[in-house]
Amino acid sequence: MWIYEKKLQYPVRVSKCDPMMARFLIEQYGGADGELSAALRYLNQRYTIPDQVIGLLTDIGTEEFAHLEMIATMVYKLTKDATVEQLKAAGLGAHYANHDRALFYNNAAGVPWTASYIQAKGDPIADLYEDIAAEEKARATYQWLIDMTDDVDLQDSLKFLREREVVHSQRFREAVDILIQDRNTKKFF
Amino acid sequence: MNQFRVYCPFIGPFDPCPPIREKVYSTPPNLFLGFQPPGLPQFNAHEALKLGTLWPALYSPYPGKQT
Ligand SMILES: [Fe+2]
Repeated sequence: MWIYEKKLQYPVRVSKCDPMMARFLIEQYGGADGELSAALRYLNQRYTIPDQVIGLLTDIGTEEFAHLEMIATMVYKLTKDATVEQLKAAGLGAHYANHDRALFYNNAAGVPWTASYIQAKGDPIADLYEDIAAEEKARATYQWLIDMTDDVDLQDSLKFLREREVVHSQRFREAVDILIQDRNTKKFF
Repeated sequence: MNQFRVYCPFIGPFDPCPPIREKVYSTPPNLFLGFQPPGLPQFNAHEALKLGTLWPALYSPYPGKQT
């Protein structure tokens, strides 16, 4: 069960009218290494992972939904007032034909989200290594998104999100450290 | 610690575009910290919100691609 706070985790301000950037940002909305994938991956894996790290997956999975909401806010702000001509010029004509200005879970190339982006292997080490890789890939995606805009306000929010991926990767690495400790065996010296 | 690494890819004599001689990639602090020890210094609350982490040891600035 969750408690919803009606505010963003971090403020999102978009200062430049740049509908094409919305098309790139959608990668982190419905792309393979995006926030939806992250949230669903962790919140599903947590059922079959040792007790010591269930809470970590719950916390990070929940935070990913807060990030998803930030990305959604960016995309919405960049598209809500765009004319059909502007959307077409930004490469969002196909999106408009299918969705008007509605957001949709697809990547920057328009490929719809699929559950095959995520995995639950039931092996704690395999799953946590996937999670670490996912965080590094999300970090890289944020870098490329930061590179593609000169809107310093948008960059500010994207830099916050990139830093969170660094912290998440750190915590997943610590989770692996915890699970590979041999705590239950008796040691004889 | 420098959070970026540089490598120099092979540049061929017949490459069609002006070469990018140095390629840079990010090596953030989570790669080096290990299990976080207790008692590390903290940012104050305002800085922590701004930067996205409470811990200077995990702070990873990204200035944007140089090339
Ligand atoms: Fe994350």
